[in-house]
Amino acid sequence: MALAFWRNLRLAVTLFVILGLGYSLLLVGIGQEFFPYQAQGSLMVEKGQVVGSSLIGQEFSVPGLFHSRPSATVNAATGRPEPYNADNSSGSNLGPTSPALLKEIRTNMAFQRGQVTGPMPGNLVESSASGLDPEITLQAALAQVPAIARQTGIARGVLRNLVLNQAQGPFLGLYGPWRVNVLKLNLAVRQIEGR
Amino acid sequence: MVRGISYQGVFRRAFIDSFRKLDPRLQYRNPVMFVVEIGTLVTLIMSLDPRVFGGPADSGARGYDVLVTVILIVTLLFANFAEALAEGRGRAQAESLRRTKAETVAHRIDESGAKLGDVPASRLHKGDLVRVDAGELIPADGEIVRGVASIDESAITGESAPVIREAGGDFSSVTGGTRVLSDWIEMRVEQEPGKSFLDRMIALVEGAERQKSPNELALTVLLAALTLIFLLVIDTLPPMAGYLHASLSVATLIALLVCLIPTTIGALLSAIGIAGMDRVIRFNIIAKSGKAVEAAGDVDTLILDKTGTITLGNRMADAFQPMPGVAYEDMVHAALLASEHDETPEGKSIVVLAEREGQHVAAGELDGASPIVFSAETRRSGVLLASGREIAKGAVDVIRRAAEKSGSPIPPELDAVTEQIARSGGTPLGVVEDGKVLGVIHLKDIIKSGMQDRFAALRRMGIHTVMVTGDNPLTAATIAREAGVDDFIAEAKPEDKMRRIREEQADGRLVAMTGDGTNDAPALAQADVGLAMNSGTSAAKEAGNMVDLDSDPTKLIEVVSIGKQLLITRGAITTFSIANDVAKYFAIIPAMFVTAVPALQALNVMHLTSPQSAILSALIFNALIIPALIPLALRGVRYRPMGATEMLRRNILIYGLGGVVLPFVGIKLIDLALTALGLARI
Amino acid sequence: MTWQGLLGDALLLVVVTLAAVPVGRYMYNVFEGDRSLLDRVMGPLERGIFRLAGIDESQGMDWRSYAIAFLLSNLAMAVVVYLILMFQQDLPFNPARLGPVAPTTIFNTVASFVTNTNWQVYSPEQTLSNLSEFALQFLQFATPAAGLVVAIAFVRGFVAGRRDLGNYYRDLVRALTRIFLPIAFIAAIALIATGVPDTLSGSVIAHTITGATQTIARAPAAGFEAIKQLGTNGGGIFNVNSAHPFENPGPLSNLIEEFLMALLPTSLVFTFGHYIKNRRQAWIIFGVTMSLMVVLLLVIYSAEAAGNPLVHRLLGVAGPNWEGKDTRFGISGSSLFTTLTTAYTTGAVNTMHDSLTPLGGLVPLFEMMLNTVFGGKGAGLLNILMFFIISVFVTGLMVGRTPELFGKKIEVREVTAAAAAMLVHPFIILAATALALSTAAGRAGIFNPGFHGISEVVYAYASSAANNGSAFAGLGASSPFYAISTGIVILLGRYLSMLLLLYIAGSLLAKKTVPASTGTLRTDTWTFGWIYLGIVLIVGALTFFPVLALGPIAEQLAMLAGRVF
Repeated sequence: MALAFWRNLRLAVTLFVILGLGYSLLLVGIGQEFFPYQAQGSLMVEKGQVVGSSLIGQEFSVPGLFHSRPSATVNAATGRPEPYNADNSSGSNLGPTSPALLKEIRTNMAFQRGQVTGPMPGNLVESSASGLDPEITLQAALAQVPAIARQTGIARGVLRNLVLNQAQGPFLGLYGPWRVNVLKLNLAVRQIEGR
Repeated sequence: MVRGISYQGVFRRAFIDSFRKLDPRLQYRNPVMFVVEIGTLVTLIMSLDPRVFGGPADSGARGYDVLVTVILIVTLLFANFAEALAEGRGRAQAESLRRTKAETVAHRIDESGAKLGDVPASRLHKGDLVRVDAGELIPADGEIVRGVASIDESAITGESAPVIREAGGDFSSVTGGTRVLSDWIEMRVEQEPGKSFLDRMIALVEGAERQKSPNELALTVLLAALTLIFLLVIDTLPPMAGYLHASLSVATLIALLVCLIPTTIGALLSAIGIAGMDRVIRFNIIAKSGKAVEAAGDVDTLILDKTGTITLGNRMADAFQPMPGVAYEDMVHAALLASEHDETPEGKSIVVLAEREGQHVAAGELDGASPIVFSAETRRSGVLLASGREIAKGAVDVIRRAAEKSGSPIPPELDAVTEQIARSGGTPLGVVEDGKVLGVIHLKDIIKSGMQDRFAALRRMGIHTVMVTGDNPLTAATIAREAGVDDFIAEAKPEDKMRRIREEQADGRLVAMTGDGTNDAPALAQADVGLAMNSGTSAAKEAGNMVDLDSDPTKLIEVVSIGKQLLITRGAITTFSIANDVAKYFAIIPAMFVTAVPALQALNVMHLTSPQSAILSALIFNALIIPALIPLALRGVRYRPMGATEMLRRNILIYGLGGVVLPFVGIKLIDLALTALGLARI
Repeated sequence: MTWQGLLGDALLLVVVTLAAVPVGRYMYNVFEGDRSLLDRVMGPLERGIFRLAGIDESQGMDWRSYAIAFLLSNLAMAVVVYLILMFQQDLPFNPARLGPVAPTTIFNTVASFVTNTNWQVYSPEQTLSNLSEFALQFLQFATPAAGLVVAIAFVRGFVAGRRDLGNYYRDLVRALTRIFLPIAFIAAIALIATGVPDTLSGSVIAHTITGATQTIARAPAAGFEAIKQLGTNGGGIFNVNSAHPFENPGPLSNLIEEFLMALLPTSLVFTFGHYIKNRRQAWIIFGVTMSLMVVLLLVIYSAEAAGNPLVHRLLGVAGPNWEGKDTRFGISGSSLFTTLTTAYTTGAVNTMHDSLTPLGGLVPLFEMMLNTVFGGKGAGLLNILMFFIISVFVTGLMVGRTPELFGKKIEVREVTAAAAAMLVHPFIILAATALALSTAAGRAGIFNPGFHGISEVVYAYASSAANNGSAFAGLGASSPFYAISTGIVILLGRYLSMLLLLYIAGSLLAKKTVPASTGTLRTDTWTFGWIYLGIVLIVGALTFFPVLALGPIAEQLAMLAGRVF
């Protein structure tokens, strides 16, 4: 039995080297060589500085920018809320009948109230799964257009077209809703503003 | 078989036994009902003093606890009654058998036939020699060594016509308890005392020797596993309810447990098994074990002797076909002479047919003639007349060889005639006089009426039938086709049967066969189901695992049906039992949490009056379904030969779907009744 | 529900089916064929592995040897990974300079990953170095392969004329080199192309346009993600698993991941068909299982699309349940992923299951309780066949014969072992749930109170027992109580039933194969298929109805009635 175990141990180490290390390092190499942008995390660089990842959402609470969805991420050390903490992804995990859920949604509604015209899109007040959702639904973006127009002075029509241009449809017409990447949208807004 | 059983007595006895069987030492052999018994004990104690299990001194639920206890006790009694009733019927049969087993006196003798003195039959040992005279009871099972006698076997078989038993050959065995009517016999005892057929049969019907058959054992394991699952479900319920600040009454938990565990099948399982054996015995078959009966249900291949099973025992002469150049009358007369000394049924039928054709033995014609006796070597019989003329009959190949030997020409028509007879299912029997082929007698096999239907039924059951015959392949093929058997072994020697059984078994098939002769014994032993004829030798009876007292080989078909019925009944009631649980959940779960989780009232789809009535109704339904199914358990689910998938669809519809639907109706009705009686709120 | 959503989900299932048929045949060839396409590449690699390990892979094994080899190799793998996790702070590939891992976390993690469960009581970004992730990734390859080959060995018990169950090491290594490694490798490259990062450079700091900074954790994620899904492992390299935009950047990656997790367990059904030389049987197992899964998918999709009436009252308008869902997957993509990940017992999530509507959350929970909706690598087929044994026994009696399954008689021994295996799953789930709910340590971990609290706890143990790994993640699973109790449930859930089934295989192997006749109960008919499904559902429903009634069912009814807790 001891001998058999020793052989199994050798097998495990051999397999670890192939499947743990070899496979990973080979893929990292292929990624850097053929898909460097994606492999590095789809980073967006402006004026030589990384301003974020096109895949990772950010919090935009300053006036004149489109709001992202609520994020339930927390600071890993303190445990306090820290929205869009890309070093500690997390959802709210609140259950559907939890009073805390309703309280959270009320708070979020208060935050989004001034930003939204018309009925409140659930997408903008219910927390995302990852806490890092880079997108909002097209409807949630359009609902923010009048407020952004007011805040920035950009014509509503321009903003509306901007949103529609940025909007991404379902993959193959079937998968995923119509949606807008908030970081990209806000970069475009800033560009129009000339900042 | 069943003669004069007082059913009233059986019921009374079963009623008393239901209480006797409450004894935990008996009950624990049935794990499902044992759990019910423990539960009953708990609710009983609670009814007496609610504080024992941590309840309040007077919760006002005492009346409810008492009711639950009563229903549980009734459930147990119903289960016990089912078993007791099945046993009682068997016992009643055993009583009637035992009556025939009056103490007899045996006259022991030695090898030479000299008297050694009388001993009681119960002191006889294997190997003892005994003489039985006319009018006396045969003291033990055994083999006739000398003498021939007519014997009344009605005590065992219920058949009133006496049978002839004689030393040597395949009709030499006698059974204890039967009576010698005429003549005398000397016999060798073949069984130790208490091990006779009658003893074994009594033990079997009384259930004393009943061992759980393999399938029953497997089912018991599965039921125990289901019981364990539900025990776990119930045990884990209070902590979960506790988290929601709901408290559950112990009586309610026990009620739910009893409703969920498969009590219906648990209560009826042993009754089904006993009743199955009982049914076999009603068919006048003694099975040596329940396992053998179950195995019969699994049989894939049935090997049957042609003669006596498929066709009437004896072939009959049907026509005479003379060869060209031989006068019809001459040939018929020759056949008549050759058969005069032949006492076999075939020989006799030739004489009858010849006489019908106007031929008679002239006075003095056979004076000084000596018969040629059939032997396995020569395979022919006939007569040697005083004049030196030799007339013989035998299989065509034998006749042909005789002709060749004497140098006579063989008529070219012989082959054509022979083949034509064989093709029509007959057996050709050549007649030869001093080497000259006179003609061929057409012996015809008569297929028993109704055989075609029976083989068709077997085919629907998926059983492959094989006919074994000594006939040539052409004849065999025709008879096989007419009777509707699937396959045949022609020109079979005893060892062919054995080989075929081994082949089938090597392919994984289960083989059943019937037999009576001593040379059948090895094959009977080799077969998975060996049905020996009671008329057969004791070697054959010992080798088989069932004995047919009526010596009717076609009864194997009934045995197969009974074996299947046994399994079907178990499967059907198990399915029914499990399917019942769905409705019980819908009755009990909302009732349990009526105060703590009012939202669950949405699940009270039956709109039962109150939580108590919901629980009691489910529990009462659970109890009542047991006696309601006793007739089914004892009679067995009706079995009709059909394909497996078709039968499954049918049974799952009745017992599965029915098992889901019926309790919804039943529980609702009981709830209405309880409400009407004012018992819904106590 | 939208027609696009339904059509999209249906299309994926069709693609999975179309791929599963040839892959099923390919897998049969990998285990039974002498020659294959990959011989030239993989032959030398395999020989090298056996030489380095000093293992003779040519000997056929009986069930005992197979089981011992399975257990010993699992133990050896656990030891290797245990050591790496224990000393990660001193080992290379630790760009974030992460410190030591808590001992209970190591126990739970090793137990979880060596059993193909991938239940995670830790936050990966904050806990594990790259090397530790490589170690776990090695287990993500090796343990599904081990589960798969145990199922193959079991199936061999039904094959007429076989004398042994095969060689565990040969099966294991061939499964790795010819099935898992090539498919994962190609899938990983595809995932990189869709945006999954694959880098050893650690996190990057972004300076946002609002003047804030954002530390973005990165990882060698693509390779990990590919085998995580393909091996129905489910352990994420980021905390929110496949909901993380880096693990699952968009609808296309979501489809790839759904396809990967469904591929091999579905194919295995067809592989099984090749083994017993009855492809019709495979289609019937596939058909009834797929039907059940589709029904469950419709339940969760409609429940999530209908949304939460309590929230609707706040918003003043009805809408789908967005809590715990990322926008890019939409409701249909989230519902399908959730259905698949618990059906195939992957345990990856792109949705926070804790935030599903009660009825929506019932679907993944119930799938794990049944543990037969295709199921994970090997384990799923084993459970399906275990229930086949139970079904064929009950129904076989009903046609009046000693039951047979694929030509082998099912007798006391098989029924006993199958019944025991059937007991294990509900036993460990319910007993552990009751324990947790009745102790202070257990109650302390509950995040959402009331009925949902019961759901959280039972979900944790159902996920552990089914070796799934997904969670109602509000539960404080990293506490010692849950780390240890789920670890134990995970180990029992994996090994007890596998050993019992190997025992059955050994017993079946010794039996003669009975040829079918019209009296034989055919299991390759739709009639039997539906009956099998009925028995699975009834046994599952009867066992778990009380806990489901007190958890999700009560919560759903309460939610509809407008109550909160």
